[in-house]
Amino acid sequence: MEVKKTGLYEVHRRLGAKMVEFAGYYMPIQYSGILEEHKRVRTTAGVFDVSHMGEIEIRGPRALEMVNRITINDAGKLSVNQAQYSAMCYEDGGIVDDLLVYHRGDHYLLVVNASNTGKDFEWIMRHKIPGVEIENTSERITQLAVQGKAAPAILQKLTDVDLSQIKSYWFTEGKLAGTPMIISATGYTGEPGFELYFDHAHSENVWNRIFEAGKEFAIAPIGLGARDSLRLEKKYCLYGNDIDQTTNPLEAGLGWITKLDKSDFIGREALLKIKEAGLKRKLAGFEVEGKMIPRHGYSVQKYGQVVGQVTSGAFSPVLEKNIGLAYLKTELANPGETVEIEARGKVVPAKIVKTPFV
Amino acid sequence: MNIPENLKYTKDHEWARIEGSIVVVGITDYAQGELGDIVYIELPAVGTRVSASQGFGTIEAVKAVSDLFAPVSGEVVEINSKLENAPEIVNDDPYGEGWMIKIKISDPKEVDTLLSEADYKGLF
Repeated sequence: MEVKKTGLYEVHRRLGAKMVEFAGYYMPIQYSGILEEHKRVRTTAGVFDVSHMGEIEIRGPRALEMVNRITINDAGKLSVNQAQYSAMCYEDGGIVDDLLVYHRGDHYLLVVNASNTGKDFEWIMRHKIPGVEIENTSERITQLAVQGKAAPAILQKLTDVDLSQIKSYWFTEGKLAGTPMIISATGYTGEPGFELYFDHAHSENVWNRIFEAGKEFAIAPIGLGARDSLRLEKKYCLYGNDIDQTTNPLEAGLGWITKLDKSDFIGREALLKIKEAGLKRKLAGFEVEGKMIPRHGYSVQKYGQVVGQVTSGAFSPVLEKNIGLAYLKTELANPGETVEIEARGKVVPAKIVKTPFV
Repeated sequence: MNIPENLKYTKDHEWARIEGSIVVVGITDYAQGELGDIVYIELPAVGTRVSASQGFGTIEAVKAVSDLFAPVSGEVVEINSKLENAPEIVNDDPYGEGWMIKIKISDPKEVDTLLSEADYKGLF
């Protein structure tokens, strides 16, 4: 299958980005360096091309019923122009994907993980009910995430929309850099900022205008490498690492989006049983003592016994420590508990800590 | 890509500078660029015996961890202790301040098995 390019591929190349294939797209993994990019987002602002993300629209008189059937959060609570973090589950409670649900008035927009777009679309089509239309619009949409303390001031220079009026997890439709778009107060970094969705024909123009406006704030392009360490510091789950079809939202710490009391949804029965039986394991955050960076797949041990596996790990540029996530037996998942991480024939001590890390 | 003429190379992207019976070892500019930000380098203790093509340490970069391979066999007679607290030196100056270990070579003929600058360029 041919590797796809976002509308900004040539821009990334010109900027000297290191490109990798990710989820079927050539994507920038880094420009100046992951540590520098990470710190840039935590101190001023950065721009991520995340056009590989999938967009699926659900419309029609029964769209809300459909969305509530396939997702675990309660889309019925959404006002027009409000967004919500949610997930789709299999019947057994395993996770199909995590996603954002946008209530756009006449339809719902689901923003899903790039690597899952095809699978999600098939899953949604399989559970389609009469009275809804479903469309995969991923290929037509450019998504930029502008994140960091300076992001609101930078973007405000490019729009008449009063961005200070858009609260976290709300959005508006308006013109920015002369381009009609969704301006959404969301992100994957834990910083203030916005995610912008617009027609891919305008990719380069919007990108350039943002960099002109952001020059005085030392805005920088940010690759997928720093995106990963930024989200991990905030303990935001990454599908394929921390959550997948073998994990359920309750053990992943996503109980807060799992609305078991709303109308019936796919996976509800199983999740109710899991909750009643009590969680056997939990996704816990840990800090490694020493300089080994924990990585996906490393084993977690206690008294020489394997008690879990690292799902995500990174050097935290903010803490200057090596941090990670792992599913651990519930009794081992409490802050202060100690475990060991084993990799490459070496065993190093680690301590369970409160999350988010930063 | 910076590949100095006066050095020898391995296919694993280490360089070796021959100074009589001492071989100074580091990683190439290409290697540091591929690894990205280096945050930790584990080097052997002085006195350790290393063997050609065998691991002598590890390098932790933000993106990935990888092994360091000895270009020649011998005894480690010096390590670059500056790298313990400032491993990023290897990113900044891989052929100079970013050297890693010095090996007292046990079999000088092994030097002939190393790649020349032209051989190494040929890998790309």
